[in-house]
Amino acid sequence: MIDPSQPVPNIVASTAMTLPDLREGEGLESQTFFSWDQAFRWLVLGISLATAGVLFWLGGVIFQQALPAIRQFGWAFLWNQDWDVGNLTFGALPYLYGTLVSSGIALLIALPVGLAVALITSENFLPGWVRSPLAFVVELIAAIPSVVVGLWGILVMVPWLQPLQLGLHAHLGGLPIFGTEPFGSSMLAAGIILAIMILPAIAAISREVLIAIPPDLRSASMSLGATRWETIFRVLLPAGTSGIIGAAMLALGRALGETMAVTMVIGNSDLLSVSILDPGNTIPAILANQFPEALDDIHIGALMYLGLILFALTFAVNVAAVLMIRVLGFKRDG
Amino acid sequence: MNSFSMRPDVDPPPPESRLIEDLTRSLPWYRQGFTYGMTAIAFGFTALALLPLLAILFTILRQGIAGLKWQIFTQPVVEGGFANAIQGTLLMVGLASLVSIPLGILTAIYLSEFGKNSAIANIVRFILNILTGVPSIVVGVFAYGVIVFHGVNWFGNPILAKGFSALAGGFALAIIMLPLVTLATEEALKLVPLPQRLASAALGANDFQTTFRVVIAAALPAITTGVLLAIARAGGETAPLIFTALFSQNWIEGLMSPTPSLSVFIYNAYNFPDQLQMVWTASLVLVSMVLLLGLVSRLVTRNRLNTR
Repeated sequence: MIDPSQPVPNIVASTAMTLPDLREGEGLESQTFFSWDQAFRWLVLGISLATAGVLFWLGGVIFQQALPAIRQFGWAFLWNQDWDVGNLTFGALPYLYGTLVSSGIALLIALPVGLAVALITSENFLPGWVRSPLAFVVELIAAIPSVVVGLWGILVMVPWLQPLQLGLHAHLGGLPIFGTEPFGSSMLAAGIILAIMILPAIAAISREVLIAIPPDLRSASMSLGATRWETIFRVLLPAGTSGIIGAAMLALGRALGETMAVTMVIGNSDLLSVSILDPGNTIPAILANQFPEALDDIHIGALMYLGLILFALTFAVNVAAVLMIRVLGFKRDG
Repeated sequence: MNSFSMRPDVDPPPPESRLIEDLTRSLPWYRQGFTYGMTAIAFGFTALALLPLLAILFTILRQGIAGLKWQIFTQPVVEGGFANAIQGTLLMVGLASLVSIPLGILTAIYLSEFGKNSAIANIVRFILNILTGVPSIVVGVFAYGVIVFHGVNWFGNPILAKGFSALAGGFALAIIMLPLVTLATEEALKLVPLPQRLASAALGANDFQTTFRVVIAAALPAITTGVLLAIARAGGETAPLIFTALFSQNWIEGLMSPTPSLSVFIYNAYNFPDQLQMVWTASLVLVSMVLLLGLVSRLVTRNRLNTR
């Protein structure tokens, strides 16, 4: 890993000169009035505190800017439905609802599919030389910029999806969630595009959780006569439950804050609708749409308030997820 | 057979012929069906998971390749290219790297070399994990609040003018890269075996020398991987740039003026049918850049794949 001929001889050379002082019984520290070593330690400590401080700075700035809106609208902001820039009345409910529902749909789709991928790439369904590349390819989708995923979503996926949406409406139209005629962009489309984007996270973390389960458990279950899938459902998944829940929550946090792809396929309608075939809106989507043109202080304040709600929401979900994954020691560093 | 008869309260063993029949009988149909059914479902779901990726790559390649002309890389948006957007993306990612890479690596040095499992290090690590989970649009809102909305003042003297700028965009990207660089670097430093540090210390090196000449030198390939992945992530970000850097149809005028980027170009132009060809080509260029960085980062630390 390192070239042994390069750095090590330098160290020997530089320290060799100070060696005589050691023989006189004095510590190296007392030689120099100002210790570079101590200074370096303090420097990295200070920088890491500053790095961590960014989170508080971020929360503080957004809270401070949201303050005018918080004073004016208070808690009622959360359940108010009107968002009228002209009259300067603002309410968050349609966006909060859209954020939660689209993320919920995404989780509902991505969890079973992600678990299937995790099982296929961690159990011995396939030879080992196929499994790792397969896991890598599934993770690759996380590398594609979300604006490109959104572009594909609105121009390719939504037209593909339209027959399915029409079918859902025709056959299950009696249910309120499929009760309106679909026009392409919809809450369902947003949920599906989010599912595509959070799938790699669920698959990758669940895979690590499954790999971390001791092989003894597998062997014991199989030697008692359980089939492969009986072992998976009765032993592996119960043993990995907490880690998998952690993965799902981490993915949920990502879904709640995903902006570009959702903005492009959800249709950006401010009307609250029970039907997931109707267009909707989310907090990130309205921030992306309105911030570039926001001029009134109270409008900017209301947008900041929305940003603060989103920050608090993802903060809570992420803290829970990180604690869940860490407490169980499933993180790579253990 | 004798071992069975030692336990009197157990039923006498079945005759050997029945035992063999029991042991060789195939599974009942429902257990067999469950196994095959679940395997089929799992493989089906995995295929389903691969479908979007293949569809996206195929579509971008098919639609984007037609628009690949030389003028795209030499003309700004007003003249039918998007060279200014590529320039803006590189500028802002460069600014972000300039800030986040040194800070991230120094923080990682504290976490892995000095802080280790101390309370402060654990808290910093925890906060960084939370910071990676902050949505990029919220980081954009933060940059808007810090720079765009008011400008930055130092004891009443304005040092950064308010308004949309490359600096605001770069600031937002730096916040996104910082925890990624730090956590990846820490992982890389932890892979360096302890004996190397001890050997260095035994030769009389101080902490500073051990850290930079031995630990960082040994971990450099893995650090490069993490840094490249963070750069790739920042290069593809759109949400934090829409209302910090905004956009411009022309060449960049300076750090303090609205600045175009590839990702914002795609977002701004996809609604205009006459620009669609350019949008697909821009997507092809952006995805190629991001995937190329990812590929290079894999090549830098090839053996990481094998050790997993």
